[in-house]
Amino acid sequence: MSSAISIHAANITKRYGDKTALDDVSFDISKGELFGFIGPDGAGKTTLFRIITSLLKPGSGAMTVEGFDTVKDYIKLRKILGYMPGRFSLYQDLTVEENLRFFAGIFKTTPEANYDLVKDIYSQIEPFKDRKAGKLSGGMKQKLALSCALIHKPEVLVLDEPTTGVDAVSRIEFWEMLSRLRLSGITIVVSTPYMDEASRCDRVALIQSGKIMSIDTPEAIRNNYGQDLWAIKTDDTYRLLGDLRQFKYTRTAFPFGEHIHLSLISKSVKPAEISAYLEAAGHINIHISKIEPSIEDCFMEMMSTESSTREK
Amino acid sequence: MKGFIIKEFYHIFRDIRSMVVLFGMPVIQVLLFGFALSTEVKNAPVAIIDHSNDQVTRAITSKLLSSGFFILSDQVPGEGHIEEVFRHGKVKEVIVFESDFAAKLEKDRQAGIQVIADASDPNTANLLVSYTSAIINDYQQEYLKGMSLPVTVNTQSQMMYNPALKSVFMFVPGVITILLMLITAMMTSISIARENEMGTMEILLVSPMRPIQIIAGKVLPYVLLAFTNALIILLLSYFVLGMPVKGSLIMLLAESLLFIVMALSLGIFISTVSNSQQMAMMLSMFALMLPTILLSGFIFPIENMPLPLQIFSNIMPPRWFIVIVKSIMIKGLGFRYIWKETLIIAGMAVFFIVLSIRKFKIRLE
Repeated sequence: MSSAISIHAANITKRYGDKTALDDVSFDISKGELFGFIGPDGAGKTTLFRIITSLLKPGSGAMTVEGFDTVKDYIKLRKILGYMPGRFSLYQDLTVEENLRFFAGIFKTTPEANYDLVKDIYSQIEPFKDRKAGKLSGGMKQKLALSCALIHKPEVLVLDEPTTGVDAVSRIEFWEMLSRLRLSGITIVVSTPYMDEASRCDRVALIQSGKIMSIDTPEAIRNNYGQDLWAIKTDDTYRLLGDLRQFKYTRTAFPFGEHIHLSLISKSVKPAEISAYLEAAGHINIHISKIEPSIEDCFMEMMSTESSTREK
Repeated sequence: MKGFIIKEFYHIFRDIRSMVVLFGMPVIQVLLFGFALSTEVKNAPVAIIDHSNDQVTRAITSKLLSSGFFILSDQVPGEGHIEEVFRHGKVKEVIVFESDFAAKLEKDRQAGIQVIADASDPNTANLLVSYTSAIINDYQQEYLKGMSLPVTVNTQSQMMYNPALKSVFMFVPGVITILLMLITAMMTSISIARENEMGTMEILLVSPMRPIQIIAGKVLPYVLLAFTNALIILLLSYFVLGMPVKGSLIMLLAESLLFIVMALSLGIFISTVSNSQQMAMMLSMFALMLPTILLSGFIFPIENMPLPLQIFSNIMPPRWFIVIVKSIMIKGLGFRYIWKETLIIAGMAVFFIVLSIRKFKIRLE
């Protein structure tokens, strides 16, 4: 990882009235890094991205992007920034090609001049270049929006929830495009509510209620989980969660699809004991297996410790 | 910049609603005001009860009916039925000649005509009665020719600039003003509010475009379109409604251009204080349309307003533009007579442009 800093945030706080959107947020993002902000809706991701892109002023604290202060040097900053807002924000009544040409135009360049950078992405939607942007499918809209955000060859690319509302296949495609883009040396900051996308990033920041809970590589976050984790499935998933939460050795129990992920207060508890407890509670077809924690497990873990420390 | 303007034209030409507002509305309004909403009275149905039926009453009757203002409606059987015909609304005015009209005129040197009008519409009734008296007076002048009377005072009235009192002369300047004002201010304010609403303004802001460039990119296409509009309205008024252009056409167009720029900058100002298309539309409609129609002197003379409203009307841009249009089109006056109004509009334009640029948000908050 290169050591030069692309984005530096120091103690950023932002309030809307008496609601705190960002609470003392600090981080450094290196040049050329693919950095993810992961957190649920309302965690403060969009506010943070608007501060990075100079669209909002931080309430307190300071932010620099490529050495430009986001408040004082916003004019210079806006020249080197590529930004894709959370909502699809292209001109729906303009065609694919007209949109691309327009966004190149406002950065005083042409689609032809920087075509090699967007070729990989744009070539997929080029067959539809005469179609109105409003008539594209969700995945194609995202590709067009990404092309438009890239067409002026930005040094920093900021993508606010680019995969929200996009089908599963297009999501995977989109992340592959980002991985390839990363090779061109561009710094990419992306936010997502989908935990499973975290592993695609060089580093991720887990964000919740305006606070960053952890910043690390996805592997390190998973390795720091520090608990044994069990995936449990029975025929009655609904009742299972309640029963497991009643279990005296249970630390945490969270539903993940048809499984419940269970961590225990002691490593000495054997799976047989869980199984015996569940059988006594009347569950049949009990499957218990030890699993590696995912980012989402780590996130849920941090959230529950966070809320329990807050309660104390 | 060029790309921005091209984009703006795409938006307008691809949106049927914009096109209707831009080009359908002016044509319809001009024709409506020109033909339907006329204060002139033409072919008003009139009934005549002639108790004498001699050469004098017949002469007066034919003079009345050939004037073009009246057409003879069904005969009214007698004076007892006058109220009945008014009630049916078939007749606007009844003229009653007394019996032995010509004989009395010869012998007593006076004879009576009774004019009864339906004043449920006071303006029309007034006009009809005054037309009738004017025509009878006219007849009297001819009748008296060659006779010498002891003393007579004759009023000679002359209607300058609009001798036929055509209402088109009054409406066209007002309609031009209202249309230019509304269309330009409303369209720009909506188009900027739409960028805010669609989220595209977010991307425009995170680009090196400066506020003045964004504003100019919004204004220029509408200047062109509004100017085209002004031309259409003028052509329609000239060829279809017979409105004269007595003064310099070039000066009229230049003044229109100035007024358009003023209205556009007002539109941009509206968009900077409204955060949705709806609000921009409401503000343009209510904050602009009603005062424009009511307080600009278009329909109601400013001199008749209570003093506070008279003072308030001074800040209505249309008030000054109507004066300019009337002066050039109807009176044929030169710049010397309208420089003051021109200066006021130019001042307003500068004021709103500066205000818009200063109020234009470079961030989202």
